Amino acid sequence: MLQIRNLTVAFGPAARPVRAVSDVDLSIGAGEIVGIAGESGSGKTTLCAAIVRNLPRTARVSGDIRFDGRSIHAMSASELRQLRGREVSMILQNPMTSLDPLFTIGNQLGEVLATRCGVSSTQLREREVELLRSVHMTAPEERLRQYPHELSGGMRQRVLIAMAGSTAPKLLLADEPTTALDATIQEEILVLFRELRDRRGTAIAIVTHDLGVIRRICDRIVIMYAGRIVEEGPVAAVFGAPRHPYTRALLASVPVLDGDRVQLKSIPGQVPNLADLGDFCAFADRCPNAVDQCRAAAPKESAFGDRQRVFCWRTDELS
Amino acid sequence: MIRGQQNPSGAPTKDTLVALAGLRKEFPARRRSVFGARRKVVAVDDVGFEIRTGSTFGLVGESGSGKSTIARMILKLERPDAGEVSFDGHGLWQQTPAEERDYRRNVQAVLQDPYGALSPRLRVREIVGEPLSAQGRTRADIDATVSRLLHTVGLDSDAGDRYPHQFSGGQRQRIAIARALSVEPRLVVLDEPVSALDVSIRAQILMLLREMQERLGLTYLFVGHDLAIVRYVSAVVGVMYFGRMVEIGPAEDVLRHPRHPYTQRLVSIASMRQALGVERLTGELPNPLAPPSGCHFRMRCPYATERCVHEVPALREAGDEDRADFPRSRVACHYFAEIEAGDKETTGPKPQRS
Amino acid sequence: MSATSGPVYAFWRVPPATNDRASPLPWLTIACCAVLVIAALFGNWIAPYPKEAVSLGASLLPPAWQQGGSVQHLLGTDQLGRDILSRLIAGARISLATAAAATLVSGAFGVLVGLVAGYAGGIVESIAMRIVDAFLALPFILLALALVATLGTGFGNIIVVMVIANWARYARLVRSEVLSVKQRDFVTLARIAGVRPLTIMLRHVLPNVLNSVVVLAILDVGRAIILESSLSFLGVGIQPPDVSWGLMLADGRTLMVFAWWLTTLPGLLIVFAVLSFNSLGRWLHARFDPRGQL
Repeated sequence: MLQIRNLTVAFGPAARPVRAVSDVDLSIGAGEIVGIAGESGSGKTTLCAAIVRNLPRTARVSGDIRFDGRSIHAMSASELRQLRGREVSMILQNPMTSLDPLFTIGNQLGEVLATRCGVSSTQLREREVELLRSVHMTAPEERLRQYPHELSGGMRQRVLIAMAGSTAPKLLLADEPTTALDATIQEEILVLFRELRDRRGTAIAIVTHDLGVIRRICDRIVIMYAGRIVEEGPVAAVFGAPRHPYTRALLASVPVLDGDRVQLKSIPGQVPNLADLGDFCAFADRCPNAVDQCRAAAPKESAFGDRQRVFCWRTDELS
Repeated sequence: MIRGQQNPSGAPTKDTLVALAGLRKEFPARRRSVFGARRKVVAVDDVGFEIRTGSTFGLVGESGSGKSTIARMILKLERPDAGEVSFDGHGLWQQTPAEERDYRRNVQAVLQDPYGALSPRLRVREIVGEPLSAQGRTRADIDATVSRLLHTVGLDSDAGDRYPHQFSGGQRQRIAIARALSVEPRLVVLDEPVSALDVSIRAQILMLLREMQERLGLTYLFVGHDLAIVRYVSAVVGVMYFGRMVEIGPAEDVLRHPRHPYTQRLVSIASMRQALGVERLTGELPNPLAPPSGCHFRMRCPYATERCVHEVPALREAGDEDRADFPRSRVACHYFAEIEAGDKETTGPKPQRS
Repeated sequence: MSATSGPVYAFWRVPPATNDRASPLPWLTIACCAVLVIAALFGNWIAPYPKEAVSLGASLLPPAWQQGGSVQHLLGTDQLGRDILSRLIAGARISLATAAAATLVSGAFGVLVGLVAGYAGGIVESIAMRIVDAFLALPFILLALALVATLGTGFGNIIVVMVIANWARYARLVRSEVLSVKQRDFVTLARIAGVRPLTIMLRHVLPNVLNSVVVLAILDVGRAIILESSLSFLGVGIQPPDVSWGLMLADGRTLMVFAWWLTTLPGLLIVFAVLSFNSLGRWLHARFDPRGQL
């Protein structure tokens, strides 16, 4: 349903571009829940924005993004508007700022229902309540009369999910949807995502740095580093037997609650400057297994089993 | 309504660096209308515990639990409405100005936001040297100490001449740590020090903190919401819920074998023992302006009964005999023994199963 | 998270703007402001004639490009034969000097009040802000007239009048900036380190509010020029033999129909000066305020 080929997004001067995303191939099928994991500078947020053409004007985009066979870049402004909000919805990181503080919840839900779903005004109220119930919001009639600042973070996120899901989109992009929320509320929100997929067949792309969230709910995981995909595959496979050194190092640096208290292993150094990238493996400087070849050329894709792939020169030797 | 009492276990030993007892803090909240009654939010309700010298106390809770308020009271940024905090046996709010100055040398902090913690207009060496200059040390002394510290936390020697905006989040946190350590404090309050950092950088900083603790014999109060991280750093853990301490004890005990239903819930989520959505909490989140009577958690607790509505549970000792170095775990729940034994029925709001 | 910009007064040392628009230096605006400043500073040496040089034989000459004009007096002369160009340059000196002085003093006083009010909080803040509100509510022209009636005219008094009219805006801005800076962690950490409140205010709070103050001040120069011109036009500002653009407007008012250059030229110059400084101020605001937009 969503096909991305050779996507590169660059900013800044042509002589020394800052490549936020380099050469990314990705596809998301109907009803899949994909986790896009990465730390700062990984390009995951830029990737998300590129899908709906929500990039700043100074961004230089090359490559191909197709949604249901139609090229996103070839779309006119009005086609794009039709796409956004109807077939592709987005949830941003901060539920506090995503809602307009001047209007009631009912008002804002009503606006979405009326404009994007074409609900008539007589049915509006009923549909609003129904929508809130579908996200397990308590006392929905009362909530409709409340303003965003009267709701907690978790409740606001529910409202946003309700709004995003109301049009039964084919794809929902969620950028760090649970980062600002407490653990107990996070669970509830993830359940909502799953319900959205189960009941409406919506595919969901969750962009996050929280590997725990991905493990909880995603079918597939895509790991990005410095603008490139380094590993991709089913969640169980990647978490169980990571193939890329970065994935391994990342998993080793996250403390776990269960199990013995093992030593944490940190990754030395830091993410490279995105203006200094080139045709070499960006992780080489921090990689315990790096060899000369890693610095000579960008790693090619190695494919495995069930849509699993790794971008590493030494993947055969190291597995 | 019987008021529970939450006392520290026994008298403070000479190992105790910080002792809190009966702490209470309220904040005024917006009145509904000009004529409405003054409303208040009780951020901390009758909390007491001790922090032993040289160890790390982990204070865990979600937002609104009061953990940051407690940290601020220990840092003397807020004054409690009731109760007392004592450092080395002396009350914090009975200090003379000289004693307060000493206190400011003995207690430092590393906060959550690495971007807001460093003054943007000052050079790094001025930032790291500020606590020393507030203590009145000489210029030469300060310069030497700052160079040494920057090296200790793993930064280049020329880092001191640069400005904060030239550093990454992880590096800024190192600068913040260097600054905190500059006056050789005995206690460092760490309020979510790694939450704003990238996942792989967190390990670097946590390891640095651990190393510093071992090397310098520091005592830490680590405030956090990520159980795995808290477990990694803490010897003793206290779990807060809506202003009250609901469980406290050795980290291994509390986080691996939780007894309080809330702690159980947190641990269950963090350890991902059950698949998503298998068991969920229902019930309302408490309204801070109108907290539920009795046990705050009863609205979402699967084991709640009538008694929970009327009686605030006190922290009672649990677990087996005293461990070598640690006090016994204490749990604030009427039924924790039965729950542990598997004898308690689920009489509270039914969790949804999906 | 974008890197913080440096101080406005060291804009050449500051890393490039982190918003996506490239924001190059506005050379035209800077050139215009520079012309005005240079004219003000070096006017005495540039002007072809002394400002008060009377030459009754050459009175009311039109500008050089009109019939009857002469290159001796490029922009014409007034009814007393004084060279307009020279008077405009002299007026620049006075108008800009007055505007600058008034802005500096209002700024200094306003920043002081705002800083103390914002940091101290409580009753001090309440009282200070009520006083600020009162001053903001006063109508400037009426106030100025009343003050001049009491204090008399004179360069110093003009400055006093303008400061009284203007300081409150700085106080209000600074106080709100201080409130937000006060919340930031580095201030909290300074308190934890035992740094004294006065030191915190000067070392941590003040430098971080100065950016906004400088921007406001530059925007204010334009406003001050207009204020001074208005006062002078009404006869209660700069007095002869000093020259001010406002005074020139007043002088030429009665002859406006016959000698357009007497009023139009000073008027245009006022507009030019205000636009230049406002442009500079707006660019600075967009460049240095993370929330700013051009």
